[in-house]
Amino acid sequence: MSEFEAVYRVWLRELIRYGRDKGRILSSLVQPLLFLVIFGGGFGFVKLGNINYQSFLFPGIVAMSLMTISISSGLSVIWDREFGFLKEILVAPVSRMSIFAGKALGGCTTAMIQGIIVLCLSFVIGVPLTISTFLMSIPVMVIISLGIVSIGLIIASLIETIENFGVIMNFLIFPMIFLSGAFFPLADAPQWLKYVSYIDPLTYGVESLRNIILGVASLPFSISISVISIFSLCAILIGGMAFNRQK
Amino acid sequence: MLAIETFNLTKEFDGLKAVDNLNLQINQGEIFGLLGPNGAGKTTFISMLCTILKPSSGTAKVNDFDLIKQQNEVRKSIGIVFQDPSLDNRLTGMENLEMHAGMYAVPKSERKKRIDEVLEIVTLSDRAKELVRNYSGGMKRRLEIARGLIHYPKILFLDEPTLGLDPQTRDHIWEYIKKLAEREKITIIVTTHYMEEADALCDRVAIMDYGKIKVLGTPENLKNGLEGDIVTVVVDKTEDIESKIKNFDEVTKVLVSGNNVHITVKDGEKFSLKILDLLRKDGVKVDSINIRKPTLGDVFLHYTGREIREEVPGKKEGMRRMARMRGI
Repeated sequence: MSEFEAVYRVWLRELIRYGRDKGRILSSLVQPLLFLVIFGGGFGFVKLGNINYQSFLFPGIVAMSLMTISISSGLSVIWDREFGFLKEILVAPVSRMSIFAGKALGGCTTAMIQGIIVLCLSFVIGVPLTISTFLMSIPVMVIISLGIVSIGLIIASLIETIENFGVIMNFLIFPMIFLSGAFFPLADAPQWLKYVSYIDPLTYGVESLRNIILGVASLPFSISISVISIFSLCAILIGGMAFNRQK
Repeated sequence: MLAIETFNLTKEFDGLKAVDNLNLQINQGEIFGLLGPNGAGKTTFISMLCTILKPSSGTAKVNDFDLIKQQNEVRKSIGIVFQDPSLDNRLTGMENLEMHAGMYAVPKSERKKRIDEVLEIVTLSDRAKELVRNYSGGMKRRLEIARGLIHYPKILFLDEPTLGLDPQTRDHIWEYIKKLAEREKITIIVTTHYMEEADALCDRVAIMDYGKIKVLGTPENLKNGLEGDIVTVVVDKTEDIESKIKNFDEVTKVLVSGNNVHITVKDGEKFSLKILDLLRKDGVKVDSINIRKPTLGDVFLHYTGREIREEVPGKKEGMRRMARMRGI
């Protein structure tokens, strides 16, 4: 019982902090809007079959915003360590697993709030989104987000200081987003790029969302949803273990 | 009844023993002071008792729970105020306390009452709804003390609770601690740099250096243990001075620290005349001379050979400190 309470408390803290950080909420909304309106608008002349580029881009942008928020939630553990609060949490008489679960669920919840807001932008730019595709997107988004938060938590338990944060952004987050096929159709990409993209777990998240929202994608839905689910499951398990081991 | 009993408790960092085979007993309900220079191993010692660090060898009983086998029980039964700040600045004071109460499974029905109680002890009731980032240093410390008390701990660890605070705030914090010990009837274990404060507050103190306890007792007994007065002469040169002074039978200890020569001696008044004669004959210029009863600071100097405020660490000590920082 007290373990549930601990999960809840850690989760609640994430939400309170998220709610207070108006700047972060706003900026993480501006980024997807810029991509959709300017990037999507500029490439407006591109038609992929009967789908315009803005619509094509849309599922990728949803995945991208999930990615950035989820990973930074995971990495927030580094901040907690820096400001000493992690110690207070780690000496509490609860299992590390509960703390990990609270962190992961907290990160996932904030990412989902943001993700759903971005999803709602579909109506603004005229992407055909029905109630059923909207509802189907949500579990897929949860799967993506939980996986990425766990990756963030794994990194946080491996690296020591906040200075490495920029390195992670450049060497992990940007490549994962660019390789995921969020901006271009994988089916038409050069062979070498295809292979690299298939290593990127986010590819399967983007493909799954695109399949649901637009009904077409480079990979069959069954494959993309299985890969991203397995990836997230592994990330959660490894994350839990890494968190358990850290000092 | 013992609150804490350690058995050869040891912590090594890369072959350096930060805490070296420590055997210590702390009674229930006492205020126990742990004194020592930076890098003496105080924080490492406390960190082990709080289950933050695993001992390299040895063990301890905390509130009758085994430090290693009953980690969660130990954690539930103690409160900790860390040396470094550990509050969430983006939460309010109240939210910090609520989170702690939840993590420590304080029964829901008691939470509100208990939080109000601890806020009252540290007189923060009217500021509880503000964000912690707007608190002053002293308020943050008080909130941390309040937080450490929420779950009815039997022992409260305070690691340098007044470090970096101004003298007035320091007085206040000590007042809270004293009030607390009386009101909550808990054992308090405190590390500090401030000798006068330890003297005034602690029932017993232990002086720690290089991972070992040099001496332990009530402040009164420790001071009396020096047997005599402290004569301090400030001179312009200190060469050979130590051996010369030691030739006097009544001198029990001589310590040279910079230009200060601290002499422990019976009947300080008489001796001070003798020493002035000697120094004048040797052509040593005496700036000032001071005779007084020993303080805890003198006890510290006596057993460690250093003044507590000597902040520049020797090489070995510096390594210890690094080891400690890496350990946490």
